[in-house]
Amino acid sequence: MENNILGNVHSIETFGTVDGPGIRMVVFMQGCPMRCKYCHNPDTWNTSNNKLMSVDDILNKYNGVKEFLRNGGITVSGGEPLLQIDFITELFKAAKLKNIHTALDTSGILFDINNTQKYDELIKYSDLILLDIKHINDEEHKKLTLHSNKSVLNFAKYLSDNNVPVWIRHVVVKSITFNEEYLKELGKFISNLKNVKAIEVLPYHDMAKEKYKNLNIDYSLENEPNLTKEEALYAKKIILKAFNNENSVSNVESE
Amino acid sequence: MLESKIDEASFTDEFVSGKWQSEINVRDFIQRNYTPYEGGAEFLEQPTEAVRLLWEKCRELLDKEHENGGVLDMDTKIVSSITSHKAGYIDESLEKIVGLQTDKPLKRSMQPFGGIRMAEAACHSYGYEVDPEVSEIFTKYRKTHNQGVFDVYTPEMKAARHSAIITGLPDAYGRGRIIGDYRRVALYGINRLIEDKLEQFESLEGDMTPDRIQLREEISDQIRALKDMIELGKIYGFDISRPAQNAKEAIQWLYFGYLSAVKEQNGAAMSIGRTSTFLDIYIERDLKRGILTEAQAQELIDNFIIKLRLVKFARTPEYNELFSGDPTWVTESIGGMGVDGRTLVTKNSFRYLHTLENLGSAPEPNLTVLWSVNLPKLFKEYCAHISIKTSSVQYENDDIMRSIHGDDYAIACCVSSMVLGKEMQFFGARANLAKCLLYAINGGIDERLKQQVGPKYRPVTSEYLDYNEVMQKYDDMMEWLAGLYVNALNIIHYMHDKYCYEKAQMALMDRDVKRYFATGIAGLSVVADSLSAIKYAKVKTIRDENGIVVDYQVEGDFPKYGNNDDRVDEIAVNIVRTFMSKIRKHFTYRNSIPTMSILTITSNVVYGKKTGNTPDGRKEGIPLAPGANPMHGRDTNGAAASLSSVAKLPFNDAQDGISNTFSIIPDALGKDEIFMGDLVIDTDCGCAEGRFIR
Repeated sequence: MENNILGNVHSIETFGTVDGPGIRMVVFMQGCPMRCKYCHNPDTWNTSNNKLMSVDDILNKYNGVKEFLRNGGITVSGGEPLLQIDFITELFKAAKLKNIHTALDTSGILFDINNTQKYDELIKYSDLILLDIKHINDEEHKKLTLHSNKSVLNFAKYLSDNNVPVWIRHVVVKSITFNEEYLKELGKFISNLKNVKAIEVLPYHDMAKEKYKNLNIDYSLENEPNLTKEEALYAKKIILKAFNNENSVSNVESE
Repeated sequence: MLESKIDEASFTDEFVSGKWQSEINVRDFIQRNYTPYEGGAEFLEQPTEAVRLLWEKCRELLDKEHENGGVLDMDTKIVSSITSHKAGYIDESLEKIVGLQTDKPLKRSMQPFGGIRMAEAACHSYGYEVDPEVSEIFTKYRKTHNQGVFDVYTPEMKAARHSAIITGLPDAYGRGRIIGDYRRVALYGINRLIEDKLEQFESLEGDMTPDRIQLREEISDQIRALKDMIELGKIYGFDISRPAQNAKEAIQWLYFGYLSAVKEQNGAAMSIGRTSTFLDIYIERDLKRGILTEAQAQELIDNFIIKLRLVKFARTPEYNELFSGDPTWVTESIGGMGVDGRTLVTKNSFRYLHTLENLGSAPEPNLTVLWSVNLPKLFKEYCAHISIKTSSVQYENDDIMRSIHGDDYAIACCVSSMVLGKEMQFFGARANLAKCLLYAINGGIDERLKQQVGPKYRPVTSEYLDYNEVMQKYDDMMEWLAGLYVNALNIIHYMHDKYCYEKAQMALMDRDVKRYFATGIAGLSVVADSLSAIKYAKVKTIRDENGIVVDYQVEGDFPKYGNNDDRVDEIAVNIVRTFMSKIRKHFTYRNSIPTMSILTITSNVVYGKKTGNTPDGRKEGIPLAPGANPMHGRDTNGAAASLSSVAKLPFNDAQDGISNTFSIIPDALGKDEIFMGDLVIDTDCGCAEGRFIR
């Protein structure tokens, strides 16, 4: 019915291997309200029109390469895709009719706990949400992204209450989130969610620097070192430890 | 008769008997005797101390060779033949498999039959001089392949070669791309192979047509080569006139067959075939007999691979530039599936790949996994493991090739598939289709040399290029190029057979060999994008003072090959079909079957240097894309879309192979063990490290 809605697309990657299970077609939507310091897609911030595509356009594109995507599906990323929630809902609805696995990579920043009608519809067609928790501490979250994390954490709880499978993703930056206390807190928070299927620690890297330069945007993490593998592993351990400790307590209670 | 002989020899004890005993039929032997392996890599053994020491010595020599500017030593006096040199060793006390191309490791042999000037230039460029007597013999008294070809080339062929619309022709170097079935030496022993060849010789009596005379002469040469192989065995103290009796002998015998080939031929690709599963039969038997341990089996394979790593040829810097290095293309095809559904993966397939761990990674031998979706899962995992660890494994699609060649084929060079012992290829380098398009526009005038090279057809005279007009002219120009190209190759292969015949390799093949006439094209994506630009955008010609189009201005955007966009992908498909059908129109030497490849993996850089500005906006000198790749940076929809464009090209019209070079940073290919989603909290039972998480 509403298949004539158009999405404002930044670009499409037909061989995505890092945004959800399997090899996936990743649709990067144009536009984002966040301004995360480490964002590696600053070219998607702008909300003005880039490439307008219909649901059919995208599914046709998927169809052309589906042989490569047998164990994957479609991931919608961005930008912040939920700026265009109506379009994403239609896209996922149509994808599910064709039995395509759907994943949504979002910050959850636009979620409003008092007005979830559209989200109620969206999650019906979403197989997996990749939820990016930028910072567990609200003050720090504001410094990092210019927004509060309240809606993000509310969104996480909402997904948990509605039993939508979630991968939690967390970018670890040495000077910002590589901090035992914060990581523990994050682990604790995640442990209270019922629907988490995976936790991904993403080590910060500076490969986007060149993009910022080309776009003439200041890069505020100019002197930030890349997070090493060892550090990432360490961060993961702390999150997991907190996650499991909390879990064991709650499990005892539930038993 | 023959059967009873083999029985007497009792070398075949414990082998399942079959057709392979009454005729030369290695595949039959394999099928009846091999043990498919579906297990994992846990049985593999570390290198022995002797292997470690031996490889250390080789490493030192290879380092020295590198420091020396690429060559350690060259033979300037002895013309290489199967028996030309006395025994050579790296360190006899450590070697389990022996035999070198000359009397010393990494000393390059002299092979002037392809062309004396090439041999002289190769020596000269590394500070050596060919012995004057040898030069005199091969200039005055003994004609070479190179001289034969240039005695016959037409002026047009020479011009096309000079302008590089046809390049890389094997008219001054060994054509390669023939794989002797070296396994025959181990399974049958040389005496039996000579008997077979004598029978073939006797079968060719009656009317002495030129074809028959040629074949009779060749078989005589083959028999001579087989006798020389026995001598080669003796030089190293082995009697390879009889079949191999155990795993060590099987590997040694097989290697002597291969060594004979590389002592005699400096071919552009000297591939070894498909030996791992064949040899596994001998290893399995010895393991069962209790006369070999797994560590010893691995030691033998490690030794064999070390020998293949040391194969080197004397070549010129120009040759190395064309091929981006000094490749020998010792390709070994591993795994694959049998037509009966059993996998051809054996424990020895693992052992071969394991050499990359035991000895470290290396480009040669070019270990190539014949990949099928049905390969055993644990083998696939091991391949992935080795690839991640060493980046040294090549993969090719067994499911496609098996339907054409059956299950006993191998890869020559990088992608050319051929049935072992039954098929060979006349290697034919490439025609530059991008340059051909420029000739179509300029009426046969070369855009760089400003000379008439192609036929003087009517050039495009309009300011803007018209798609239909260009296509028509392009079609005519391709017609001309295909004819010239095929006929140049006819001359080359006639002369190669005549003056530089591969008698050792052909001795290990059947009498009536199926020959592929392998043409190739370069610049496909430039042509597709150029024609797309002409069709979907506007392309303005820029002419020099003589009216020759020397540049193009593209106005507007156009679909580019590599984005799974049919509008342009169809153009690419059509070009492949059209050129192949034009190739097929011509007579091909020795009733060979014309094929085509799209696989300039390295020489695309040199071709690009010699191709002027093109209508897609590419500038003069910019490399053409390798093989069937989209032009660099023009595929903007990710790998799956890019690969889908390439996958549309018809294999039937490019049966000698379609290559797509695909580079990706490892992190973009997925997450390693550290960054994988912590799936431990997502097990089926909902358990996490033993705890219930709801």
